[in-house]
Amino acid sequence: MSSHPPAKRSHRGPPASDLTGPQRDQSAEEQVQIHETVLPGVGFRHDFTTRRGRQLGVVSHRTGRRDLVLYNQRDPDATQEVVQLTSAESEALGGLLGSSRITRTLTGLQQQVEGLAIAWLSITRGSPYVGGTIADTQARTRTGVSIVAVLRDQTAIPAPRPDFAFQPGDTAVVVGTPAGVKALARLLGA
Amino acid sequence: MHAAVLLLELGGVLLGLGLLGRLAGRIGLSPIPLYLLAGLAFGKGGLLPLVTAQEFIQVGAEIGIILLLLLLGLEYSARELLGTLRAAAPAGVGDLLLNFPPGLAAGLLLGWGPLAAVVLGGVTYISSSGVAAKVLGDLGRHGNRETPVVLSILVLEDLAMAVYLPVVTVLLAGGTLASSLLPATLAVAAVAAVLAATLRYGSTLSRLVFSPNDEVLLLKLLGVAFIVAGAAQAAQVSAAVGAFLVGIALSGPAARGARALLSPLRDLFAAVFFVFFGLQTDPRQLPPVALAATGLALATTLTKLAGGWWAARRAGIATPGRLRAGAVLVARGEFSIVIAGLAVAAGLHPQLGPLAATYVLLLAVAGPILARLADPVAARLRRPGEPRPPGPQTRARTSPAELPPPAPLSKEAEDAPSA
Repeated sequence: MSSHPPAKRSHRGPPASDLTGPQRDQSAEEQVQIHETVLPGVGFRHDFTTRRGRQLGVVSHRTGRRDLVLYNQRDPDATQEVVQLTSAESEALGGLLGSSRITRTLTGLQQQVEGLAIAWLSITRGSPYVGGTIADTQARTRTGVSIVAVLRDQTAIPAPRPDFAFQPGDTAVVVGTPAGVKALARLLGA
Repeated sequence: MHAAVLLLELGGVLLGLGLLGRLAGRIGLSPIPLYLLAGLAFGKGGLLPLVTAQEFIQVGAEIGIILLLLLLGLEYSARELLGTLRAAAPAGVGDLLLNFPPGLAAGLLLGWGPLAAVVLGGVTYISSSGVAAKVLGDLGRHGNRETPVVLSILVLEDLAMAVYLPVVTVLLAGGTLASSLLPATLAVAAVAAVLAATLRYGSTLSRLVFSPNDEVLLLKLLGVAFIVAGAAQAAQVSAAVGAFLVGIALSGPAARGARALLSPLRDLFAAVFFVFFGLQTDPRQLPPVALAATGLALATTLTKLAGGWWAARRAGIATPGRLRAGAVLVARGEFSIVIAGLAVAAGLHPQLGPLAATYVLLLAVAGPILARLADPVAARLRRPGEPRPPGPQTRARTSPAELPPPAPLSKEAEDAPSA
């Protein structure tokens, strides 16, 4: 710890899939070890090494500016690229990276867990439940499947309430047994 | 008539400084050496001696020192200072042991007496944090792994100043080493008290000063800083240290607002301060000390390089980074002049001012150039045909605590062109 003045501490980032219960895949156990370094008079630096050996980091200036830095492979102490981001730009970038993480996590879940299926079911114009609510489908009673989120116009509505009404073009994210998911897909006309 | 001449002279000086600053920016130099040269030109024995503006410039120089140190204090929070002190103390001590003795020895060898030697030790010890910060920003090195090492050394030098300046102030006032003990202790106690109070009540202090109205904030800040600086001067703790402590004590919105409001003022009065130092120096006295100044500059370039190299190596940085760390620290600037200015004001050895001016002229120019050269030089030093191992392993060699999760040698690393 004393090797890198001034103060340095490292903490493990959240595992990529802590939402999703038991995991067996190696990638799911991957934890990103992020180092935090104080830059006196400037701000902070956070950095980590990717699985494939690239080192990258973010310098957070006190002014709100963020530098996205990529380290040089031949001289690992030096930055090879520095991308200056305003606070709005760094938020936008964070959003992009963060949402892809959720998608990947969900995709991974479907492949990894035996006996558990996750699926994206489209509510088409011809579906019997267009205009109907989640309660109307009685999905859980009839198929044992939970509707955990609805995707509408590129945004996710997590944990929709029973009185949530479907519109054509919605996508229901459902979790259950493979047979139950199939049954619900038939029911929703997806 | 007097007022007209004063305005004409001041306007001429400021316009000249503006043009010099622009020139410095164009050629990637620190403006400090150019301001010093301007001061030499306007002073006694210079090209264009000023008649009436001297008085204003003298007061402006005092304000310049206070603003320089106030803004420096504002850069740091108490937490950062303490954290740095804990983590990087050996690097700071190494820096001191390497860079104070050359100036001390030079003063003694020149036969200027122990007091001038102590002053010269301070002049050679302290790097220019202004120049270093600018170089780090310009070269995009904030993300580099040696940068925290560089910044910690700069922080520790600034903290050391808080003890050194009161001692020198007392010694210059004719006191003995023993009589400087009290102000020095007082200064250390004041620094400790301010740090402790800031950690505990920092937000309250800052809220008292803070105002959403820029005008009110500016006036309150300057008022507090000048009062504390004046009180510190009266207690022989040195005005500069008082201003530094005010800067450290402020945090949060007050500090952010203060930085934004005071930076332009600092730039103005710091420029006046450098001119003032140049004014006091007779250019005809430069040639006799040129040789000594050049020798001292060469020696202390090497000691700074060595200090930065060693500190970076301690932190597990590889060769190119060690070279970069050392080179960034070579520049001397504002604080060397602050220290020398105290001695000149006290009428110490007449050649001390010219020596310090020449020394800073050399290193404020050479420092940024060396910092830029570090990368190409490091690339040459690396023997061809000997590829460096990829990052994680290099770092793990000296800092096992930071060992990243074991990963198979990546395809990317294999694909990378070897050096």
